[in-house]
Amino acid sequence: MAHDRDLPVLPDGIVVVVKEECATCHAVEPVLVQLAGATSLTVYSQDDAGFPAEPAPIHDADLSVSWHHDIETVPTVIRVVDGVEVERTVGWHRPEWERVTGVSGLGPDLPVMRPGCGSMSVDPDLVDALDVRFGASVLAARRIDVAAAEDEMEMMFTRGWTDGLPVVPPTEERVMRMLAGTSRAPSDIVATVPPDLVDVTVEKVAIAAVMAGCLPEYLPWVLTAVEAACNSEFNMHGLLATTMPVGPVVVCSGPGTRAIGMNSGGNALGQGNRANSTIGRAMQLVVRNVGGGRPGEVDRAAHGSPGKIGFCFAENDAESPYGTLAGEHGIESGVDALTVFAGEGTRCVVDQLSREPDSLARSLAAGLQAMHHPKLVLGFDAILVMGPEHARVFADAGWGREQIVAGISEHLNRPGSELVRGADGMAEGLPEAFADAPSLPKFRPGGLMLAYAGGGAGLFSEIIGGWANGDVGSKPVTRAVTY
Amino acid sequence: MTATATRTILDPTSERVVAERQRLARPSSLDGLTVGLLDISKPRGDVFLNRIEERLVGIGATVKRYRKPTFTKPAPVDLRHQISVECQVVIEALAD
Repeated sequence: MAHDRDLPVLPDGIVVVVKEECATCHAVEPVLVQLAGATSLTVYSQDDAGFPAEPAPIHDADLSVSWHHDIETVPTVIRVVDGVEVERTVGWHRPEWERVTGVSGLGPDLPVMRPGCGSMSVDPDLVDALDVRFGASVLAARRIDVAAAEDEMEMMFTRGWTDGLPVVPPTEERVMRMLAGTSRAPSDIVATVPPDLVDVTVEKVAIAAVMAGCLPEYLPWVLTAVEAACNSEFNMHGLLATTMPVGPVVVCSGPGTRAIGMNSGGNALGQGNRANSTIGRAMQLVVRNVGGGRPGEVDRAAHGSPGKIGFCFAENDAESPYGTLAGEHGIESGVDALTVFAGEGTRCVVDQLSREPDSLARSLAAGLQAMHHPKLVLGFDAILVMGPEHARVFADAGWGREQIVAGISEHLNRPGSELVRGADGMAEGLPEAFADAPSLPKFRPGGLMLAYAGGGAGLFSEIIGGWANGDVGSKPVTRAVTY
Repeated sequence: MTATATRTILDPTSERVVAERQRLARPSSLDGLTVGLLDISKPRGDVFLNRIEERLVGIGATVKRYRKPTFTKPAPVDLRHQISVECQVVIEALAD
């Protein structure tokens, strides 16, 4: 975020910001004396009103000037014309100082160059408090004071703000730090969140991200997930209201997943990785706290599933033999992206013996046929998550994504007579009108999707079963991540 | 992070002020009123509504039938408006 609010105006001429604790600032003391004699000079000292002795500095005691003018290094030299910064240089570098100040022959006894020191305004021990002191006016959320004798963790449970697990208290410091993870303004509207249809701001998403335990670098992924889920196409409203045990599953890919440390390997769909565990959770906290979607209220799930706390994982796209789910939906390779899918928990397909693709395709098809009910077809999508060991069987045979899906689907066709109500002794099934259909597939076109994640050992795949698909229910939505 | 710095937290909710509207008084009789029956498109909802329609017509009400495109989404705004101008009473059927 740019620090342009209530900007203290710098005096015209040359401005130099120093601190006594910095050896380079001591080294340039004679240069400051030179400049004071040659130009209009103002020196700001961060830590010592008496440094330098000459010329007398202005003490930037509260670091307001340093914070507002984004001073990251001392010394910093700024040329100011009509109250506006024209250019700056940092550290000591004679040609640069001479260029910026317009004064030649500076510091003849100094080496040509010497790096500066860190500014106090970016000191990790101080920066959060400064961000709040000078920048928190951008935060619009209501401040809630916690009584001295009150436990804020218990207070947040009591107010119904949690998903049943503890949340991190969203202090101004933490929320400001979280907002540094995006270039978007805190007041930007991200989406309209069901069921209450509330316009959610970047700030409120950042609050949820803090509570979920996210790091600032996860925030763009959370913002993108909220955008992808809260629209008529994905239908977060219906997903929330349904009696089925489904929630938004977030499948991430691209180099950014590695940059933020997501897990796409062993236990990728499980616990233990901060990014995987908190990105999906943050989105669900937005739905809960901003949208008002809570179990027992609009959330009518009969059983729910553990994934409704938050279900998010990365694909191992760097090693995937068949690309990414985002790629399947038109995102170019190498672009950070995520797909939200209305899905339940995972179920495992074990096949430790197939070494030929058709044999493995038959095993996977048998598992997929049973999803939700073996006799209910075309109404639900699924994501099949394969890891290295199953994927290798197909890759070694030269099968790509389309051939894998086609090869599995070939074994997912059943005559209507086997699927109708009453067939096989089960009342559940398709309406009688389908009895004469010679062959019905389990999945609509595009309804069987592939993702690639998992550890290097284990001849298993995971099925993430979907919910009512298409216009009736939910379509998977893929978005490039907005930073 | 000092202990005092954690003592103010930000409200994570929508901070929405809910608009409260006065409910219409319940009619003492349905005689002569138009009753809208909204089918949300769940299987067998029509079975329930067909029976309700028979009963309502039997006591002198006029019945209009409506249907949501899908049970998974809120009724479209145009449909809600249509019901509000055509009916004095509405019954929505849930079924599973």
